[in-house]
Amino acid sequence: MIQPYFQAPEAEDAKQAPDPHAEPSVEIEAVLRESRVEEVLERLERELVGLRPVKTRIKEIAALLLVDKLRRQFGLNAGPPSLHMCFTGNPGTGKTTVALRMAEILHALGYSRKGHLVAVTRDDLVGQYIGHTAPKTREVLKRAMGGVLFIDEAYYLYKPENERDYGQEAIEILLQVMENQRDDLVVILAGYKDRMQRFFESNPGMSSRIAHHIDFPDYAEDELLAIAELMLTEMQYRLDEKAKRTLVEYIALRRQQPHFANARSIRNALDRARLRHANRLFASRKGALTREDLITIAAEDIRASRVFQNARGGKSHEA
Amino acid sequence: MRLTQGTFSFLPDLSDEQIRAQIEYCLTNGWAVSLEHTDDPHPRNTYWEMYGNPMFDLKDAAGIMAELQACRKTFPRHYIKLNAFDSTRGVESLRLSFIAQRPAQEPGFMLLREESKGRTQRYTLRAYATDRPEGQRY
Repeated sequence: MIQPYFQAPEAEDAKQAPDPHAEPSVEIEAVLRESRVEEVLERLERELVGLRPVKTRIKEIAALLLVDKLRRQFGLNAGPPSLHMCFTGNPGTGKTTVALRMAEILHALGYSRKGHLVAVTRDDLVGQYIGHTAPKTREVLKRAMGGVLFIDEAYYLYKPENERDYGQEAIEILLQVMENQRDDLVVILAGYKDRMQRFFESNPGMSSRIAHHIDFPDYAEDELLAIAELMLTEMQYRLDEKAKRTLVEYIALRRQQPHFANARSIRNALDRARLRHANRLFASRKGALTREDLITIAAEDIRASRVFQNARGGKSHEA
Repeated sequence: MRLTQGTFSFLPDLSDEQIRAQIEYCLTNGWAVSLEHTDDPHPRNTYWEMYGNPMFDLKDAAGIMAELQACRKTFPRHYIKLNAFDSTRGVESLRLSFIAQRPAQEPGFMLLREESKGRTQRYTLRAYATDRPEGQRY
């Protein structure tokens, strides 16, 4: 179709002519659509069970980054926000999992340029002799630039009982980069709560340079069940009705025992149930196994756990 | 006399912005970037001093830019060269190399003539800067 060319510019002019008295505005919808924020947040909600405080904080950060983007369109600049974080919580509450996710989220939000994650522990940062630590730490920092540096068990960096420990040197370099190049990388420290507390007490500079201290709560029983089901779906297994009820019982019992590590204990329990499931199929010597047989974990696979035997009397131990 | 060598020898010196873009290009190709410096500008001086190790496994130019700034701070009046090494089997050599810093004053080279056997004339180049010992030039 041939457009009357003399009409088009006129129509456009009418549309674009701004009202001189109207306040200029931006469409938040447009910015939302342009970034993948909603998609990322939705995935987070779907794939991580519970963790309310964590999700809330991530949403807040997402909102802040979006609003910053809008503000920039008006020439308002507050500088890049500090996004260094500290994850504390009991074993198996998902600190490492969320950190891995965080790199992806910050990349989607356009905060980190590359969105990769470099996971390190004390060994990767601290050297063995004088002059060894600084290059080692710098090397790691350089690798993490443009992404996220995840320091697991961060409290090991500082060993107060040894005053000649090189950990302090690594901490100082870390602090310097966290302060001066905060738009180049995000540092996430993780560790158990009480130990991190002690770590921050002896390194107040570190504590104040971290804007987000996020505490990972323990999972409730129904959350643990939801996690178990999510894990099983991922492994392409499923529980039958009876097995599900047994698992609920199992979780309640296991939680009261020592060395309970939240989701990690659940994963271990499922791995052992898989073993028993395989063993049961093998021992039954049934002629033809159906797909149903191969994917269904029965109540007896879980019931055989030592947790139940111990509950009836006897020493409690990881089973 | 302005010393030129390497990939962009025919261009004016790159700005930091342009250097960063070049580094990004190197990293997307998986090349390892390294820094070298010297105060002996002779064209036959192929082996400059390394500043730190070549930087493998980097994802972002920020780390290399920080290293370049540190090198400039340590050697404010030296030539600094940025190399990108391609470790692909069968290539295993530099893909890109350019000067990232030069001294403010470049006195240039002197042409020396030498009488040789049978009235043969031989020529050689000598940098004026190398009159003084290493570390005190420029």
